[in-house]
Amino acid sequence: MALKRINKELADLGRDPPSSCSAGPIGDDLFHWQATIMGPGDSPYSGGVFFLAIHFPTDYPFKPPKVNFTTRIYHPNINSNGSICLDILRDQWSPALTISKGEWDNAHCMPQNKYTLARKFAQLTMVSQVLLSICSMLTDPNPDDPLVPEIAHVYKTDRPRYEATAREWTRKYAI
Amino acid sequence: MDSDDDFMTDASSQEDFLGTQGSDDESLGDDFADDLDGGFPYDKDIEKTAKRPYEVEFKILSPADIEMEQTQQMNEVSSILGLPPESVAILLRFARWNREKLIESYMDHPAETLEEAGLGHNFEGTPRTEVVPGFMCEICCDDGGSLQTYAMLCGHRFCVECFERYLAQKIREEGEAARIQCPQDNCHRIVDSKSLGLLVTSDLTSRYQTLLTRTYVDDKENLKWCPAPNCEYAVDCAVKPRDFNKIVPTVQCACKLSFCFGCTMNDHQPPPCSLVKMWLKKCEDDSETANWISANTKECPKCHSTIEKNGGCNHMTCRKCKHEFCWMCMGLWSEHGTSWYNCNRYEERSGSDARDAQARSRQSLERYLHYYNRYANHEQSAKLDKDLYLKTEKKMTSLQSQSGLSWIEVQFLHTASQALQQCRQTLKWTYAFAFYLSRNNLTEIFEDNQKDLELAVESLSEMFEKPVSDLAKLKVDILDKTSYCNKRRVILLSDTADNLKNGVWSFNVDL
Repeated sequence: MALKRINKELADLGRDPPSSCSAGPIGDDLFHWQATIMGPGDSPYSGGVFFLAIHFPTDYPFKPPKVNFTTRIYHPNINSNGSICLDILRDQWSPALTISKGEWDNAHCMPQNKYTLARKFAQLTMVSQVLLSICSMLTDPNPDDPLVPEIAHVYKTDRPRYEATAREWTRKYAI
Repeated sequence: MDSDDDFMTDASSQEDFLGTQGSDDESLGDDFADDLDGGFPYDKDIEKTAKRPYEVEFKILSPADIEMEQTQQMNEVSSILGLPPESVAILLRFARWNREKLIESYMDHPAETLEEAGLGHNFEGTPRTEVVPGFMCEICCDDGGSLQTYAMLCGHRFCVECFERYLAQKIREEGEAARIQCPQDNCHRIVDSKSLGLLVTSDLTSRYQTLLTRTYVDDKENLKWCPAPNCEYAVDCAVKPRDFNKIVPTVQCACKLSFCFGCTMNDHQPPPCSLVKMWLKKCEDDSETANWISANTKECPKCHSTIEKNGGCNHMTCRKCKHEFCWMCMGLWSEHGTSWYNCNRYEERSGSDARDAQARSRQSLERYLHYYNRYANHEQSAKLDKDLYLKTEKKMTSLQSQSGLSWIEVQFLHTASQALQQCRQTLKWTYAFAFYLSRNNLTEIFEDNQKDLELAVESLSEMFEKPVSDLAKLKVDILDKTSYCNKRRVILLSDTADNLKNGVWSFNVDL
């Protein structure tokens, strides 16, 4: 079951790829993908190319994929192991594939937070929805629910220093 | 003391600790009493004895009882609101089983209430699986023509296999039951029990039911699970949390465990939950280490290193900063002139303050240790009593063979050992209680009661340790002492509970 679904996602992703990111399996193993995200222009990560590893569990899509940064990044919601704290990868995960734009617009249910908002633009696969949510998180960190409290503290109290460090790390690790 | 007489004439009070005090549910209480003590003939009478001041009303519920309670409430509300029971179940769980609030809010804003609870407005149609031509499941991406599919009333359709696996994942691995939403992204429709029954196997349904029962008990303020491992009973007690400072709601489960309904710790009468919490924190904290340091050491006036004076004269030289000062007045040694070894300088106010603080701290440490040692002593004895319980059985057997007494006739040892354990448990907590009491008349009465119980317990304990050959002769003495211990315990607990209820105790801390 998982394989068929992953194949479908791969096909859809190839047909209409999102502009700022890409993803695909590593070699023949469809359960392990590599993804790239371009640092958003309006963020201190601008110009960087960030690599991520996506691992699909065997009971995908009932369990969310594991997504990790493999490129180091200075961000309140991403730690030094590359783990990401994102609601749709945890308790907000839902197994159903996609929503067409029309259905989303007249949906009676409101998006739960700004990350889910990012999914509004994604009409495609779960993978691109997740990647676009991560992009939106790069532009707009969530310091109130941090994975790295120290970075969140800097972000909240000394924004220029946060931006300088993030730019510095981007230059060092992602270019 | 009036109550004294009452208890003296209460012939069955010695059986109090056999733990039938809470068996409102007769069949249940009887079952367990029979299991454990071979059916004492006077068990029934105890249920009729008047409630003591330290006892509270409670009811023991088995999982079946809890399920019945839920069904009953669902049916009642269902007939009031005119909605199907499985939808009412979702509403009730959403309202945390507060029926009045739910009915009120439904009457005022039916549409909003339904929406918030995760129900649509549509109650038409019976749930069934069907084959839809040209359908592709959005979970597994399968589009076979003969695919069985299912959609809840929200209309999001998935294949039956995916729906089942989704529910299995939620129920078995995430332990979710009351708020499983539609698998569709951002659809908040809650999966109802009818849909669930249609889609999953029976073992999953029973797990689902268990989880629902769990949330039911967790949601209701008047219900608590018995904290004993593997015990599946819950206790229903009407004492409200705001009264926990006035009443110690000790209940006893059908599994025989006595526990406090307020904090679900083991029976901790007489102190109320808040004091118990404070006491345990105090014992756990190494704040007492700090107390010792402040009682036994001084700080170097210059570098503030902690110094313990273990001999020698009052001319101190700090090891660390080489500062020279006088241990008596903490002033500079150089200012002492020729009057070495004998500080006769005028006492500065700060100096005397520092010494007062030190004396107070030393006193408070001693006070704490006084209570703690006694508390710990009884705790330790209670632990040893667990072995005692095993030894008792052996003793009973060997007493039988040595003295020719029957099994029923040697039961007095078992009774005595239980009384010992229970009294020690109570005694232990009286010390925590006393630690927080302010000094006054009531406290003295309390301490007299405590002393009396303690003396009785110790002498019973001593008799109990006698060699088996003497035990037959001591039977009457042991019986007397056992019943005396129990009575003293009842008196002590009644007295404290009464005063607690009336708010007469004065504590040296805020509850």
